Amino acid sequence: MTLLSLFGVGKQFSNGTQALRDLSFCVNQGAFVSLLGPSGCGKSTALRLTAGLLAPDTGTVDFPSSRPETGFVFQEPTLMPWADALTNVRLPLDLKSVRRDEANARAAVVLARVGLGGFERALPRELSGGMKMRVSLARALVAQPQLLLLDEPFAALDEITRAQLGDDLLRLWQEDGLTILFVTHSVSESAYLSQRVLVLSQRPGTITADIALPGARDARLSPATIEAQRTISTALNGAIAA
Amino acid sequence: MTRALDIAFPLALAALVLGAWEWAIHHWQVPHYVLPAPSAIAQALCANFASLMASLGSTLWVTLQAFAAATLLGVATAIGFTQSRLLERTLYPYAVILQVTPVVAIAPLILIWVGFDHINLALVIVATIVAFFPILAGATLGLKSADFNLLDLARLHGASRLQVLWRIRLPTALPYLLSGMKTAGGLALIGAVVAEFVAGSGTATGLAWRIVESGNRLEIATLFAALALLALAGVVIFAALSLLEWALLRRWHESAISE
Repeated sequence: MTLLSLFGVGKQFSNGTQALRDLSFCVNQGAFVSLLGPSGCGKSTALRLTAGLLAPDTGTVDFPSSRPETGFVFQEPTLMPWADALTNVRLPLDLKSVRRDEANARAAVVLARVGLGGFERALPRELSGGMKMRVSLARALVAQPQLLLLDEPFAALDEITRAQLGDDLLRLWQEDGLTILFVTHSVSESAYLSQRVLVLSQRPGTITADIALPGARDARLSPATIEAQRTISTALNGAIAA
Repeated sequence: MTRALDIAFPLALAALVLGAWEWAIHHWQVPHYVLPAPSAIAQALCANFASLMASLGSTLWVTLQAFAAATLLGVATAIGFTQSRLLERTLYPYAVILQVTPVVAIAPLILIWVGFDHINLALVIVATIVAFFPILAGATLGLKSADFNLLDLARLHGASRLQVLWRIRLPTALPYLLSGMKTAGGLALIGAVVAEFVAGSGTATGLAWRIVESGNRLEIATLFAALALLALAGVVIFAALSLLEWALLRRWHESAISE
């Protein structure tokens, strides 16, 4: 079942930059889709359009059912520095005026699920970069979204932390039946994590390859993962050369 | 240890300067109506203690009211600016004009308009005008400094303007606002003094009036005593606001976190 579809989407910024041109793709419910492309190709813009934070100039962003509850993770943790981890995670619930004790309980559960049980009262400055990103992930999940949008969430992290967070994300995706749209510029990350990779061309971004990666890639360096990386790299090189 | 030295060195300097001052007055036989010795100032302070304290109280009361009014008005105006670009465009130039016009020049007008029978109100208005701008500038900058991504996130979750203001913009603005308040605290005192000077005899009862009066009577020691109390009041105001800043920011803001 299709959860969201973009059709012929174009976006030009007020400074004249044409960020996206004729971008069309569908995402099925429960899919883990990567949006891969070179820097500045409009990946983030596509994600913001999907979230409804930007309106397209041309084309449509459509949700065949109603607009799903959406979680968003930015490249930076984007936490409130004055608030502890629990309060940060609780923010979406607070904005929906969920009762305080219920919101606290739900936020604590999600914090534990991302591996930060016991850090409820920690302030962002007391947490490492990876832990801050986990708080950010917990905040995106606390309102039980159907759709999770991630904008290069692990780009600023070291390799080991990035691998751990990737595995945690896979686990959360499977447990919650999430639909994930994952923006990245890392070939290996997209090959290991996603079921499908959409390759974007250089600006103005449009989709040049739609690669399905069926079957499980149970390890980062399994032959299937390496093969997927090769396929994606070839498509990406084509996109950059074009 | 370094903390103790922070206090010890300035105190040692004060003792040295006061000692040299005392010695110089006696050595060169400086007339007391030109420059009184520190001991004479202390005597004047003791002799007029009750009345000087009453004057101090009067000036501080004006200062406090003006500071509170400037804070409320400044924050309210800044909130208005962030909610309406039109309001900001329309009002901001006037806020600047109010800031750059020397308040001594408009104080007589305010005194006339408010009337000498409401002298306290007139003093508070003058001091408020002096203290208003740093609050407005700090709060406006702070409210606008909210993380764009955080604002987007709030929008994604359907936050109302009030929720965004309360949960994101105001906490972001707090360090900027407190910095403005530290400046404004001192300015409110200066404004109160200026207003008292302009109001002149028979109306104001604050320390500034005591300075004018003592000067006219060549009671220079009393003048110095009043001056010392004013300086002390300024220091106490600054210290109190620094303490408030530390209490509110020490857990999370870089400016208040000690190594």
